[in-house]
Amino acid sequence: MNVKLKVWRQASGQQSGGFEEYEAKELNPNMSFLEMLDEVNEELIQAGKEPIAFEHDCREGICGSCSLMIGGEPHGPEYRVASCQTYMRSFKDGDVITIEPFRSKAFPVLKDLVVDRSAFDRIIQAGGFISVSTGSAPDANSIPVPKVSADLSMDAAACIGCGACVASCKNGAAMLFASAKAAHLNLLPQGQAEKDRRVLAIVETMDAQGFGSCSNTYACESACPKGITVDFIAKLNRDYALASVRTKLLGAAA
Amino acid sequence: MELNGNVPSGPLAQKWSEYIRHSKLVNPANKRKFEIIVVGTGLAGSSAAATLAELGYKVKAYCYHDSPRRAHSVAAQGGINAAKNYQNDGDSVYRLFYDTVKGGDFRARESNVHRLAEVSVSIIDQCAAQGVPFAREYGGTLANRSFGGAQVSRTFYARGQTGQQLLLGAYQALSRQIGLGAVQMFNRHEMLDLIVVNGHAKGIVTRNLATGEIKAHTADAVVLATGGYGNCWNLSTYGRQSNATAIWRAHKKGALFANPCYAQIHPTCIPRSGDYQSKLTLMSESLRNDGRVWVPKRREDCGKHPNDIPEADRDYYLERKYPSFGNLAPRDISSRAAKEACDDGRGVGPGGRGVYLDFSEAIQRLGQHKVEERYGNLFDIYKEITGEDAYRVPMRIYPAIHYTMGGLWVDYGLMSNLPGLFVLGEANFSDHGANRLGASALMQGLSDGYFVIPNTINNYLAAQQEKRPAADGVESAQAVADVRAGIKKLLDINGQRTVSDFHKELGNLLWEKCGMARDKDGLEQALREIPRIREAFWRDAKVTGEGEDLNQALEKAGRVADFLELAELICQDALHREESCGGHFRSEYQTEDGEALRQDDKFAYVAAWEFKGVGAPPVLHKEMLNYEEVKLATRSYK
Ligand SMILES: Cc1cc2nc3c(=O)[nH]c(=O)nc-3n(C[C@H](O)[C@H](O)[C@H](O)COP(=O)(O)OP(=O)(O)OC[C@H]3O[C@@H](n4cnc5c(N)ncnc54)[C@H](O)[C@@H]3O)c2cc1C
Ligand code: FES
Repeated sequence: MNVKLKVWRQASGQQSGGFEEYEAKELNPNMSFLEMLDEVNEELIQAGKEPIAFEHDCREGICGSCSLMIGGEPHGPEYRVASCQTYMRSFKDGDVITIEPFRSKAFPVLKDLVVDRSAFDRIIQAGGFISVSTGSAPDANSIPVPKVSADLSMDAAACIGCGACVASCKNGAAMLFASAKAAHLNLLPQGQAEKDRRVLAIVETMDAQGFGSCSNTYACESACPKGITVDFIAKLNRDYALASVRTKLLGAAA
Repeated sequence: MELNGNVPSGPLAQKWSEYIRHSKLVNPANKRKFEIIVVGTGLAGSSAAATLAELGYKVKAYCYHDSPRRAHSVAAQGGINAAKNYQNDGDSVYRLFYDTVKGGDFRARESNVHRLAEVSVSIIDQCAAQGVPFAREYGGTLANRSFGGAQVSRTFYARGQTGQQLLLGAYQALSRQIGLGAVQMFNRHEMLDLIVVNGHAKGIVTRNLATGEIKAHTADAVVLATGGYGNCWNLSTYGRQSNATAIWRAHKKGALFANPCYAQIHPTCIPRSGDYQSKLTLMSESLRNDGRVWVPKRREDCGKHPNDIPEADRDYYLERKYPSFGNLAPRDISSRAAKEACDDGRGVGPGGRGVYLDFSEAIQRLGQHKVEERYGNLFDIYKEITGEDAYRVPMRIYPAIHYTMGGLWVDYGLMSNLPGLFVLGEANFSDHGANRLGASALMQGLSDGYFVIPNTINNYLAAQQEKRPAADGVESAQAVADVRAGIKKLLDINGQRTVSDFHKELGNLLWEKCGMARDKDGLEQALREIPRIREAFWRDAKVTGEGEDLNQALEKAGRVADFLELAELICQDALHREESCGGHFRSEYQTEDGEALRQDDKFAYVAAWEFKGVGAPPVLHKEMLNYEEVKLATRSYK
């Protein structure tokens, strides 16, 4: 099969960018989307041109590196997969496919399809952890965790931090990402002690990092390659409200 | 020169506690004065950086990813071992130790493995406390599964995403220290050289991958936790970015490289489907708990639909050859058995390079729901890649390069022969001998990072007051100049062929000549070919763009250039080791029924190689393996 690509090229964050067109020919439908891009890049290199910069590593949907807007959708047309798990069989011969970076105010473009997502890291640094230094842990079985809690916590923890939720959101909000981390830890008995501090710090940092606010359109849920649900957003809102009240009452983060 | 592993004296089970008891301590006020560089923030690096910072050291951590959370550890699926004996099935520290030594085909350092088994217990405690959502029983206790090479159930897991969850635990611990200002994190920074001052490792040179800036960073000690070198074979289960540059450049600066030929080929990967293929996807070994491996008994049945081949015409070859371990035989054995079946013309799928992994019996026994609960995400991955539904049709699998047991040589304290250079995780050689058991790499990475390095690095640092060089010293300036020159050399080649093309050529050669089975002729041939490919690379590779920019073509070129040197050492090591052990199978050395035949009288040693220049023969140093506790035996899984 053959397809035509319209790819966002931008030399750096300081320069403006634009679309360039490329032909990808004689493709095997079993190729992954990234393998198709590899082939296009091989041709560009052979022609002495700079290949298209894009991020990728594991190529199996777990590292969260790949981050392409394919045909206007984060990670492309298939439901619940990352860009690297998108295969050419999802397209038709002759299709024209646009490829853009995950754009958002909090994710500045570095080059072509590569954006800076370190704002996510800063959210985690502010509160996305349980404070337990190495060596101070009790025997693992001394803290029983109900299977339902462990399972639900795992559902939230499955987030790969790719940023599709932010890219899909018209406000550029990071609520799905942030709420998944808060839920992962808040749902476990181990996470209770600093639950209030955690949600306050996460929400505060999210705002400070330039992410927009959530207006409950839920585009994020359908863009998420890992099926993280917006129920976690509701939970974060609840946890946040409680934490705010408790903090006011106690005069400090409980 | 005979190498000394600096193993503490005393009975095996007491070595680690004795070591700690006699360690030099650095007092808390002094810890703040020491700076430690940690390169790599996968399981080993993140856990080390976080723990060292918790102790009070000033830590600078580096990774080439845009975030520590993306390290290749994230891809581990199956689980992590620990001798908790929560199942009451007779497990113990000794049994985990013994299984690991035996699994490694008696080529690991006994004392390191025992420590690993001891520490395994604390790892699970630490991770659970961090909020790693391990699988649980209804009563709230931790669940376990079995893995290859063991007859007890000691593997802890978080669905099919154990590596991701353990990495997130370590990443969160690291992030907490970054937030507190105790760790300075350098994302998108690639280490391109080691700075050695008076024979001690005292810094690194990095390239900022976003801007191309080259810079020297100095410290009191350098910790490398940069992962394995399996991408030397090109197609593998590794992430595409995984590479050997950090350890290879440290090797060129004097660090010995141990057992480079010990590479693990994983039996359960999705077979390759075409030339465009960029990676091979692993299907976790945990699948072998419930899946049964088979090929048709007759060659003429290979083209038939698998569901049309009756029971009687199927050869469940692992169950037949290894009745007591069956489908859970260790990886090297299972991989070779698959290759034999395919070499015998009984392989299935494209090119006849595949065997079936069949779940129909498990689905009947447990119900599809249970199978889905255990392996759902793996079945999903399989379907995405192949378009096939493994609940209805057996999976097709084939072995692929998956892990490297070899790595930089380290002593018992995880310090290389270069004082001040510590090496953790997959980047070192220490614990898995000639073959690693499933679920043991995550254990080793976290053991090294959370529990070993914090108790050993102090012994070095205690004697290092005021010895940290300035970042603009002579050695730093020289290393920076060398790195700049290396980058210019790559950009100046301006040839015709892409770097990926050279990588493919090298990978195919290694897979054929130094893969699942090796022999003298093939290795000698490879050793003639590799210098030729390397020479062609430096004459004809095409590297586009500029040095002072985000330039992925340049990144890749530097890494492939290093693989082209490392590949030669891998083959030299494989040629010199005239025996079969674990993942290193020399066709000349096998028993009558095709099993690996060790030569303990000649090769019971670690082969640690010293670099003498590109193309020049490396010098071999031996560390003899003295087994105090275990008797060397022929590995049997029958
Ligand atoms: C698909 C797959 C599944 C697996 N499943 C299991 C399993 O179920 N159980 C198990 O025990 N093991 C498993 N393994 C093995 C295990 O995941 C790895 O051996 C282990 O995670 C390696 O951890 P590490 O910390 O040593 O290195 P990595 O996680 O590879 O981290 C390397 C780090 O070094 C950085 N780095 C590398 N070079 C440089 C440089 N030059 N400059 C700066 N930074 C650098 C990288 O950015 C990264 O942060 C699996 C492996 C694969 C491939
Ligand atoms: S490349 Fe890792 S998730 Fe796509």
